[in-house]
Amino acid sequence: MSELLDGRMNASADQPATNSASIAAKLRMLWRKSLNLVMLSLTAACALVTVSVLGFILGYLIWHGGSSLSWNFFTKLPAPVGETGGGLANAIVGSGKLLLIASLIGIPIGLMGGVYLAEFGGRTFPFMVRYATDLLNGVPSIIIGIFAYTVVVVPMHHFSTLAGGCALGIIMIPIAVRSTEEFLRAVPRGLREAAMALGASKWRTVATVVVPAAFQGILTGLMLDVARVAGETAPLLFTAFGNRYWSPGWNQPIASLPVMIYTYAIAPYDEWHQQAWAAGLVLMGLVLLANIGARIVLSRRASFLRS
Amino acid sequence: MSGATTAVGRVHPPSRARQFIRRLTSGDEIAHLITLTFGASILLITGLLVLELWVQSSLARHQFGWKFFATSVWDPVFGNFGALPFIYGTLVTSFLALLIAVPLGLGAAIFLAELAPRNISDALAFLIDLLAAVPSVIYGLLGIFVVVPIMRTTVGPALKSALGFLPFFQGPNYGVGFLTAGVVLAIMVIPFVISVSREVLLTVPTDQREAAMALGATRWEATWKVVVPFARAGILGSVFLAMARALGETMAVTMVIGNDPKISASLFAPGYTIASVIANEFSEATGDLYIHSLVLLGLVLFSLTFILNGMARIFIVATAQRGGAHE
Repeated sequence: MSELLDGRMNASADQPATNSASIAAKLRMLWRKSLNLVMLSLTAACALVTVSVLGFILGYLIWHGGSSLSWNFFTKLPAPVGETGGGLANAIVGSGKLLLIASLIGIPIGLMGGVYLAEFGGRTFPFMVRYATDLLNGVPSIIIGIFAYTVVVVPMHHFSTLAGGCALGIIMIPIAVRSTEEFLRAVPRGLREAAMALGASKWRTVATVVVPAAFQGILTGLMLDVARVAGETAPLLFTAFGNRYWSPGWNQPIASLPVMIYTYAIAPYDEWHQQAWAAGLVLMGLVLLANIGARIVLSRRASFLRS
Repeated sequence: MSGATTAVGRVHPPSRARQFIRRLTSGDEIAHLITLTFGASILLITGLLVLELWVQSSLARHQFGWKFFATSVWDPVFGNFGALPFIYGTLVTSFLALLIAVPLGLGAAIFLAELAPRNISDALAFLIDLLAAVPSVIYGLLGIFVVVPIMRTTVGPALKSALGFLPFFQGPNYGVGFLTAGVVLAIMVIPFVISVSREVLLTVPTDQREAAMALGATRWEATWKVVVPFARAGILGSVFLAMARALGETMAVTMVIGNDPKISASLFAPGYTIASVIANEFSEATGDLYIHSLVLLGLVLFSLTFILNGMARIFIVATAQRGGAHE
């Protein structure tokens, strides 16, 4: 910091200083000001480059995927290799079924776990639960896939919708817990105290006052969570596997949009590449919809709470 | 109902058992117990996950021991498995990713936290969150059809002619390989660097900036010499977090790295990562030793991400507390 001070003093007190010294000080000031300008512009450029990547991604998806998106894409089964047409109806339904199972596992555990951490609980055990949640959040999704493989696929002896749904459900848990806990903690103390003062028991307060107050936020968090696992591919490769036909029931290999994008993208057929782009556009559309919806709900909520 | 019991309770001082029953009927204990069960199930799942990784890799651990990490043979036919090429590929691609993502991400975070007006900063942060929400497989799709051709026809030859004397930029350039994987990974982890660094920079107390600028520092000097050093630990935490993400990233890397278990100095050469080999071979692995070797690779990956995430947390929490303490 001392060099800054020196520069400043020289620059402001140039009267008694010699001419060359004042020129040096002025040059130094100029250098510092231009460095300031250059570096600050560079940081802006960094931000701009990063954000423009999103534009590129969306642009490419719309450009390549939009042309091959048709009614058939949503209603037909995949066409055999070499034939044009066909769609990914089975993968869309498959993704839906997988997400249903995932929600049945992830939402109750995540929701109740979040309520436990925010409302009940003492010291040691909640710490352990929170630690486990954070740990689970950091585990790469492919490891969760291995886990689902060993506890569901191996005992049942085949790939299944159930196994894929379990893997996705486990991935959902940590984020559901965290967002639920956060939204519950954001509920003003006054609401709880008012309910308790009216004689409501703890659980009554939580169930009829606190959770409803945070409901919108919690729901939004869960929606984002579902959107996130909708794009998970790695854990499905060896749990849900894949299927080129319909998969009745819950106990057979099943197609899903992300796995279809993967298999189609690495295949050597042009028609399949087109389908992969279209599937990518659909998947990205879902993710965007969920995120923008969440943003609107949450910002409206924030302004409501402020007023 | 509860009014009646309190009235009774006032007449006869309640015994411990009765007190417990009353709490039970009021529902508090039951609700506590139910939510506790769900909380415990998270603990159980996490414990079981670690246990399964340990148990299901026992064959490979006994067969190969520590040699597993020093062997570069991966031969399913003869049952010889070594993790070295995969660990090498994972570390090289993650390191490349950080080399690109950290300067870019830190720059963007500085802009968002220090310069941009609050509403612009929030809007950009939302777009960057969206970038983090893009599924991995879509990055892979763009990687295959957009990044790989660019690397093959433009970036690769340019690097070769400019830096071809270095061993990293020699050999044939197929477009797929360590460098391409690193670039795609960099794009994927930048959002994590930015969002965590931005949060950390925002916790730096305003008086730090004001003090620096009062001493005559320019905006950049205040940021670079005061604010960034103040948030150093947290920024380091964001780097660890990004590294953990990069290590575990599967689909996009699998689609652009070429999937060849070789160790080569050239960044143009195809390679393999731990996550990719699990993704590619797990569903087709035959024989217990093969599967156990893949699970052991999974255990290695788990341990690496566990350590990095732990370190990231310590650093980020430490900086947040430091910022809080100054206010």
